[in-house]
Amino acid sequence: MRFSFASTPIDTAAARRALLDAGAGGYVSFEGWVRNFNEGRSVLRLEYEAFESLALKEGERILAAAAARFPIKHALCIHRVGALDICDMAVWVGVSSEHRGEAFDACRFIIDEVKHRVPIWKKEHYDNGDSGWVNCERCSAAPLHHDHSH
Amino acid sequence: MHINVQYFALMREQAGRSQESVDTQAATPADLFDELCARHGFSLGRDQLKVAVNSEFGTWTQTLAAGDTVVFIPPVAGG
Repeated sequence: MRFSFASTPIDTAAARRALLDAGAGGYVSFEGWVRNFNEGRSVLRLEYEAFESLALKEGERILAAAAARFPIKHALCIHRVGALDICDMAVWVGVSSEHRGEAFDACRFIIDEVKHRVPIWKKEHYDNGDSGWVNCERCSAAPLHHDHSH
Repeated sequence: MHINVQYFALMREQAGRSQESVDTQAATPADLFDELCARHGFSLGRDQLKVAVNSEFGTWTQTLAAGDTVVFIPPVAGG
């Protein structure tokens, strides 16, 4: 079970080979790609940044949770960091298992949890020259409700 | 005491640095955040952030020790 970061294009062939198992009858992978459009804005390119020391731990915990929850053989997740262009692969998840059902379920579980929990941030650069951190700029534009209690 | 603070993403841009060593009397991450928010003018509040202490998720109310490394974690967007 391994979660890792890559600063160069993900070698999916090598990653897939790491999942081979004589007892596995199925393999499912997911590729997350950089899309040219998000929330009504035209996106030209992206940057990913990670808090790697914590992200690696949290990623490993997600893979361990997937293995505990679904009867799978192996699971891997590789996430890009740095500058990416449209159509580049941002993230890869692969799962092998005895039967296909648990491979589909575990793969879905892993990518959903990674998006939700792992400290990785995405900065979008737009066609009007503007840029913004996804999930951060909108809430930061809203009035602050927190209590500073100085 | 000295606390190390690392910044990522939006927090890094708003702090204008990726890390700093802070000489502070802050007893908790919440106190430290309020002190640094006053200095750097972060747009995100504590209710929108998580906190990590020494590369593990922590709480806003835990006691800080000299030499700890603190990270304020803005909303994530992997995948």
